[in-house]
Formats: sequence, C-alpha cells, structure tokens
Amino acid sequence: MSRIEKRFAKLKADKRAGFVAYVSAGDPDVTLGYQILKGLPGAGADLIELGMPFTDPMADGPSVDAAGQRALKAGITVDAIFDMVRRFRRETGDDDTPILLMGYYNLVYQRGVEKFCKDAAAAGIDGFILVDLPPEEADALKPHAVAAGIDTVLLTAPTTDDKRLPAVLRYSSGFIYFVSVLGITGTRSATEESVREHVARIKRHSDLPVGVGFGIKTPEQAAMIARHADAAVVGSAIVDKVKVALDEHGKPKPDLVAGVLAFVKTLADGVRSVRKG
Amino acid sequence: MTSTPNSFRVGPDERGHFGIFGGRYVAETLMPLILDLEKAYNEAKVDPAFQGELKSLATHYAGRPSPLYYARRLTQHLGGAKVYLKREELNHTGSHKINNVLGQVLLAKRMGKTRVIAETGAGQHGVATATACALFDIPCVVFMGALDVERQAPNVARMRMLGAEVRPVKAGAATLKDAMNDALRDWVATCDTTFYCIGTVAGPHPYPAMVRDFQCVIGDETRAQMMEAEGRLPDTLVACIGGGSNAMGLFHPFLDDPGVRIVGVEAAGHGIETGQHAASLTGGRPGVLHGNLTYLLQDKEGQITEAHSISAGLDYPGIGPEHSWLKENGRVEYVSATDDEAVAAFQLLCKLEGIIPALESAHAVAHVMKLAPTLPKDNLLVMNLSGRGDKDVPQIAARLGMKA
Repeated sequence: MSRIEKRFAKLKADKRAGFVAYVSAGDPDVTLGYQILKGLPGAGADLIELGMPFTDPMADGPSVDAAGQRALKAGITVDAIFDMVRRFRRETGDDDTPILLMGYYNLVYQRGVEKFCKDAAAAGIDGFILVDLPPEEADALKPHAVAAGIDTVLLTAPTTDDKRLPAVLRYSSGFIYFVSVLGITGTRSATEESVREHVARIKRHSDLPVGVGFGIKTPEQAAMIARHADAAVVGSAIVDKVKVALDEHGKPKPDLVAGVLAFVKTLADGVRSVRKG
Repeated sequence: MTSTPNSFRVGPDERGHFGIFGGRYVAETLMPLILDLEKAYNEAKVDPAFQGELKSLATHYAGRPSPLYYARRLTQHLGGAKVYLKREELNHTGSHKINNVLGQVLLAKRMGKTRVIAETGAGQHGVATATACALFDIPCVVFMGALDVERQAPNVARMRMLGAEVRPVKAGAATLKDAMNDALRDWVATCDTTFYCIGTVAGPHPYPAMVRDFQCVIGDETRAQMMEAEGRLPDTLVACIGGGSNAMGLFHPFLDDPGVRIVGVEAAGHGIETGQHAASLTGGRPGVLHGNLTYLLQDKEGQITEAHSISAGLDYPGIGPEHSWLKENGRVEYVSATDDEAVAAFQLLCKLEGIIPALESAHAVAHVMKLAPTLPKDNLLVMNLSGRGDKDVPQIAARLGMKA
C-alpha cells in the first residue's frame, strides 16, 4: 500500500474526510517554505500538495501564480524541492503524511521522466499531479511512475463526462482529484449541489477516494466539501496568507510561518468538524 | 535521427503528434473541448458548404488570391536569384492572419459558440479576429501583452474600433507568451460558450494542423501562380517564423517537392550569442508549453525564458511543433536575422519596391538579402511578405530619429 492509500484507509477508519494543504515549494523562500512544510501535519494537513513553481502556470489563478513567482525569484529549483522533502522525512520522522508534487510537465520532461520519478521517490515523494498531462499524454509518465512507486493523480473536471471518465481513471491511482469549477485555481467556487452530483458520478465509476479542489477558501467551504468528498484541497487561500505576511519590499514579517499554519488549522478544523459514515 | 518519411505532408498522427512533437498537453477541463473542436473541424474540412463559404469570403472579403509579384528592383539590387514576393500584406486587415481567422470564426459559428477569444503579439491576429467577429456579430476579447499594447498602438486602436475588447496582460515580460497564458486561463473558465481562436500553428492538437490547413492557401496559390509566370516550381522559399503560420502556409504545399529549398527565418533579436533573441529552433530545445511539445527557449530546469525581438509578432519563446519536426528531419533549413538586420531590410524594401513590410516580414527580407546574391539568376525565390508595416511606422520612425 502506498502512503496515499494508507492515509485514505486511515481517514475512512476515523470516519472523516481528509484535508489537503497546497503550498508552493520555496515560497516565500527556501528556509521559510521549509518551515511551513514542516508545520503542515501539526496544523492538521492529512496530505500535502507541494507546488513546483513554473514560469507559466496556465491553469493557475493570480494567487498561486504569484506564490510560484516569489519562490522562483528566491531561487527554488527541482533539486531544492527534493532536498526539502528528504529533510522533512528525516527531521520530522513523519513517514505517514503523503506528499504530492503538483505542477507542470515541462520540469519533469527536462530532467528526464524516468530520472525525475526515481529522484522524487528517493526523496520521499508519493504522488504527482501534473496539470497539463491529460490521459492523452500520460503514457509518457505512467510506466516510470509505477516503476518508482509514485501515484499519479489525474484531474477530472466538470467537463469530463461519463464517456471520458474511464480514460482518466485508467491512469489514476491514490485518489482522484476533482476540479470542482470551470476555471483556474483560486477564483470561483462550486455549489454544494454540483459537488455532490459530480462526486457521486465519479464514485459510480471508481472505488478510489475523491478529493475536491479549486475555489475552496474558508473553513465552512472546506466542511461543505468534506460532507460529500473524501478530501478537500485548499491552495490559493493558503498562499495568500504568505503574501499578506510580506511587507511592501517583499520581506517576510516575523509571524509569517505561524500565521500560515494558524490559517491551515482553521481549514483542517472545518474538515474535521464533519463526521462521516 | 528521424528517418526520412515517404511524405512530409501526412502529419500529424491521430493523437496530434509530428514525430515526438505536438500533442495535447492541456488541463483536463479543456481536453473534452479540444476533442469536440477536432471532431467539428474534421467534419467541416470535408463539408463542401463550409469550404465554399470560406472560399467565397477569402475571395470577396479578404481579397484573395494575393498577387505573386516579381520584385524587379530588389532582384537587380541583390544581383542573384529572381525574387518574387507573395503579397499577403495586401489581404484585408494587412496580413496572412485573416486566412486562418475566417476559417476559425466560421467554425466557431458552426459549433454554436457565442464568444471568441484570441491572443495577439503584433496585433495582426488580434485585428484579424476582431474583424471576423465584427463581420459575424460575435463578441470578441483579445489578450495582448502590455508591452505590445504600447509598441503596437495603432493595432490596439483598430481592434477597439472593430468592437473588440483588448485586455492588456501585465504578467512576465508582458508579451505574446503572457497573452497566451491569460487567453488559456480565460478559456478554462468559459469553455462552454467560448471559442479560442489561436493565431499560429501552435497550441494543442488540432490547432497546429488546423491553422496550417487554413494557411495553405498561400502555398497553393504560389504554386499555381509560379507555374503561370515561369512554367515551373520555385527553387527557393523564404518566410519569417514566430509561431510559424505564414511560413507553414507557404512551405507545406511544397514539402514533397525535393527540388524546392525551404528556409525559415527566426528572430535573432540582439544576436543569438547574447541570449536575447526569439529563435527557439536555433537557440532552444524541446519542451512542453501552451499545449504542445516543441522547441522552446528555457533554462536548464525547464523554466521558460523570455524571448526578445524588436518585432512583437516574433517575440515568443516557442514555435509550432511541425516546424520542430521539419527541423529535426532536415526538410526545412532554419536560420535567423537580428533586429538590426530586420530594420535595414525594412528600409531597403521601402526604398526599392515602395512596400512598407511588417517588421516580422522584414526578417525574411533580411535573409533574402543574404541568400539571393549567392544564388544564380535563374533561381526562382519566393518570399512570403506576410504583413504590411503600417503598424510599425511609429516605432521605426522613432528608432531612426525621423519626425513622425
């Protein structure tokens, strides 16, 4: 069983949904980005999505885009991301919290797909969410990810109809990521009715857990998602807390890490307030 | 090495790949829409009613065929190959872009879409899209880098007069790449009603093939016109390349004629060696951006680097995937011309032929200035004069210190 599978099995046994926290790796810099990462499980993150900053994040809204550009400016690299995860596993002794890399395929492609998968697995990374790698192109990644023991979490969207879902599921493992709205990250939010219907529809096709993301900004919204899905993903609202803790010169204020983690805790509490089954 | 295929004109495969290039690297939200588009295009392509309407618009609205003009004075000046200019700048809206846009907007209508978006660099594609949308009464939003809004002000005014909304994009270097990012972001949020009219032979499949097909009218006409003028095929073709649509339109119908030498000219900006250029094929390597795998300007990690060109239309760190494939299999030669060379060529064409070329097309002129003198006098050279330079007049006047 992969860390992701184990985590969802545990959540099911605990009769609650999971909370997935997204942060951009190395935002606002490598040191503080690492402190945030280290603090996420303690703040209630059941799974961690670590964004790989990219110059041209076409599926992301202004918040995640800005977070990635901050990290790039501060010098984040793929090697530094792997180092950060390695250090996390070593220093915290946390061998249970799954860490997924979320980002764009070009960084994987440039390192060499096979090498990227091996290096990521060796660092302690559990899964990939590659936004611009739909099932049509996933053949290039899947065998190498499987060989390295990395789960591939593909996106499904409101536009992914019943006819198309099996193609997405064929390449999915760990969980299914449902993009709850038409649009980029951090903008509009889905209605409860729509989330309920889509999650139910996906569940008719698969036994994999369903995580829901995009447009979830408050503990109340996270709780709403938790009522219908197996996990709620929050990203933009978290990285916005990094932004507000930077002064006008972009220098971090002293309470940056604490502020981000305190907000993460409110979201996690929102998710945990919902009892399932 | 890629082995030589039997034909260079059969690509892409059913998954949109030209060799390793091309493909559909887009978010899942867009994927079903792209499949719908592919289906709609494949149906339209073989529908005589669609093709008839497009042909009629090309003739009566855009002014096709464009002339194939023997440039006597330029030929005499260069003292080598017999230079012909394919006069795409005489099309309605002033460039080859209208060929593609009429096709796509007709398709948008056919698909029942109620809104059209486009990205633009120099503004030529934006103007063409705004024009077709005015004609078909469809709301139009054009994404344009804020720097380009500034340096191509005449085209911005044209788009607004035609009823389009121009949205300046401030991210990154505020040029074409950033405009394309924002157009894609808009599309993800509006894909149920919106048709994305891509301006070049790039993006996810089917765009590279579809835009190429709409632009092939350039090469098809050239073929017939040259047969009529000289009784044989041309020996040499030259075109400038940003994304590569005017070049692909001229080149593609000749790819399987081995006697025709084909040359694409990228923008070398301040010079390839300075790193400040837009020559993806000469100075980049394969990677994934904007829905396709193709040659890109990027750093070691795969972060995209900023392109530089004096010409807003060439100022893009990528290139159409079919060009990447034609480079790797060696069928097309790819060279480059600098900002300074393009400006000198711009001036030369003004003075010798009374034609003000677009700065983009001036890159092709610059290479013709190098190449033609090395060729025999019976070498028939066709250069695609892809756009007219009215939009560039203020910028060039300022650069040359002329009073506007």
